[in-house]
Amino acid sequence: MKLLLKIAQRNILRNRRRSLMTGSAVAAGALATLLFGGFAAYIFAGLETNNVQRIGHLTVFRAGYFLFGAGNPAVYGIDRYRDVMALIGNDPVLRPMINVMTPTQSLLGIGGNFSGENDASKTFIGIGLIPSDRDRMRRWDEFGTGATHPPDPRFSDNDDARGLIGFGLARILGLCGPLGLRDCPSMPTPAATSDNAASIVNEDLGELARRDANSADPASTAPHIELLTATAGGAPNVMSLTVGGAEPQGVKELDDNYIAMPLALAQQLVYGRGEHKVTGIVLQLHRSEDMRSARARLMTLIRDNHLDLDVRDFGELTPFYGQVVRLFSAIFLFIALVMGVIVLFAVVNTMTMNVMERTNEIGTVRAMGVRRGGVRSQFIAEGFLVGAVGATIGAAFAFLIAALVNHGGLTWVPPGNANPVPLHVAVASSPGLVIGAWVGLVLIATIAALLPANSAARLSVVDALRHV
Amino acid sequence: MPSPVLSGISQAPARASAPDPAAAVVRLHQVARIYQLGAIAVPALKDVSLAIPYHRFSMLIGASGSGKTTLLNLIGCIDAPTRGTMEVCGQNIAELDDNATSAFRARNIGFIFQNFSLVPVLSAYENVEYPLLLIGIPAAERRERTLAMLQAVGLAEQAAQRPNELSGGQKQRVAIARALVKGPQVVLADEPTANLDTATGASIIELMRRVQAESRTTFIFATHDPQLISHADEIFVIRDGRIVEHRTETRR
Repeated sequence: MKLLLKIAQRNILRNRRRSLMTGSAVAAGALATLLFGGFAAYIFAGLETNNVQRIGHLTVFRAGYFLFGAGNPAVYGIDRYRDVMALIGNDPVLRPMINVMTPTQSLLGIGGNFSGENDASKTFIGIGLIPSDRDRMRRWDEFGTGATHPPDPRFSDNDDARGLIGFGLARILGLCGPLGLRDCPSMPTPAATSDNAASIVNEDLGELARRDANSADPASTAPHIELLTATAGGAPNVMSLTVGGAEPQGVKELDDNYIAMPLALAQQLVYGRGEHKVTGIVLQLHRSEDMRSARARLMTLIRDNHLDLDVRDFGELTPFYGQVVRLFSAIFLFIALVMGVIVLFAVVNTMTMNVMERTNEIGTVRAMGVRRGGVRSQFIAEGFLVGAVGATIGAAFAFLIAALVNHGGLTWVPPGNANPVPLHVAVASSPGLVIGAWVGLVLIATIAALLPANSAARLSVVDALRHV
Repeated sequence: MPSPVLSGISQAPARASAPDPAAAVVRLHQVARIYQLGAIAVPALKDVSLAIPYHRFSMLIGASGSGKTTLLNLIGCIDAPTRGTMEVCGQNIAELDDNATSAFRARNIGFIFQNFSLVPVLSAYENVEYPLLLIGIPAAERRERTLAMLQAVGLAEQAAQRPNELSGGQKQRVAIARALVKGPQVVLADEPTANLDTATGASIIELMRRVQAESRTTFIFATHDPQLISHADEIFVIRDGRIVEHRTETRR
């Protein structure tokens, strides 16, 4: 083996230019694969972090909510949700895995801004949250993306009537000015209308909301909007929400409809004076790798306690995540495939030329007693070495370029994000990718050498010795 | 008495059985070798029968295209006869598969080629050591025998040099050392002086003759040069694929 590698190494150096070209092809393959793979890994980590911060790893719903609940969240509420949370939180298997467990209430309705000269309303998609739990969830950063958020003073447990709305919804409701939003055009003055009936209804809604909002501070200067929903019993319900601020949501459809409010307010809107339920119990785990086992344990608990509940993970709740992962995976596979084919042909070409040039040498060593397998091993070893050296150099360059990019201060807006984030290439933090790319390329180079190596091994000794 | 030339290499690897001095190291009976060139059959050897004795410096002499190299290839077990039977070192070669034939060559046969055929990426030392690696000689013994062999052919000083740093004569000396270092039963030399000038060729013949006499290894030497006949113990004249004359020199 020592002699084999010694001869292989010297033969590689013997044809320096050819070996350099082949090694460069392997290095370019490693570089492209690792840089794109590192970028994709960063995208996946970023998307997963974003999703887990927003909706946790797992959510417990009433059975059927996932398929049918969006149309009528009130019907799919979880009864005695505090008991369910206690059951989950006290489970010895789940407890150490859980970082945050928090109830949420989804709701639909119409939001309107009827203050001053405004007269705008818009359907909304609302979510009721416990603000302090939201803050804790937004600190989750298992993959070290740096995309954590400090506690948001605009939305806290201390104010049951204050919430956040989407940037687009703020624009639609004419709240850009009152909220001091930049890059948010003010609403043009509407033309005079003779539709007195509509303005009378809007005034009534505003008055109703003011009567219901006992906790609202009448002296507050913060803008507020009126929310109209249907309760679980079908009756209309109106409440006022103080708008603490606007938050861009990345996706326009959500941005134009989003309202986050305290859980108690959302429950009041949906259930009125009836039993307050929730639509989901969100579980954020310490580590994503526990998701499968946590889900299995949850299903066991649900089954053992005969609960009419179901569990969904963030991938199911946000199909966009899966689509992006599949898209980037497909591009990565395509790049890896192209690079693999280039390496394959480069090594086959080089090794075939080596066999041609060394035919007489092959005849000599065969005459001396080297077996066919020995000749085959010799050329395979050379393919392996070219692959190993090329892949190692390519990986080293990938580490270097990734470090430069990561410290270069570049930013970009990833799919689904509203704000620019630092551009990052996760090569160093993806050992599986590095090892996989290295092993894959070395394997391709070794396999590529097989064909010429077999040709060399099959040469007739006499013919090889005659070769000039 | 230890040889001044081959001291240190007398411990040749043990063979399966010691040769009977009266027996032939190579025995061919009605051997033919026909090359098929498309539809045309070209007979290179025609029903050759011969017996080459042990411990002799035998010479195959004939013009170019007479079949010398084909005959050497068959004796060296790197080619197979189209028909006929052949024994080398008492072994019927037809009974061996490819791997066994390779192992047989590694242990019993040394080659010296016209164009030297050294492995270009190995030094003179490593080229000579190579055959010993193939037959699994331990490192210490390998080193001892390699150095002794290089000393024997006068190339101790050039041990670290690669073939491209050696002259033609030096390359052929390395080839001789490589062929002899494992202590083979037969050394085959195909026109070993053809690529050398007259003086160097003569010194190579002299060297081969000397080491053969001291090691008592059987040498089979193919040449088209009648002037080299004087060095031979056994002479086989080959013409058009047939042995047309065999004589034994009695001067020694």
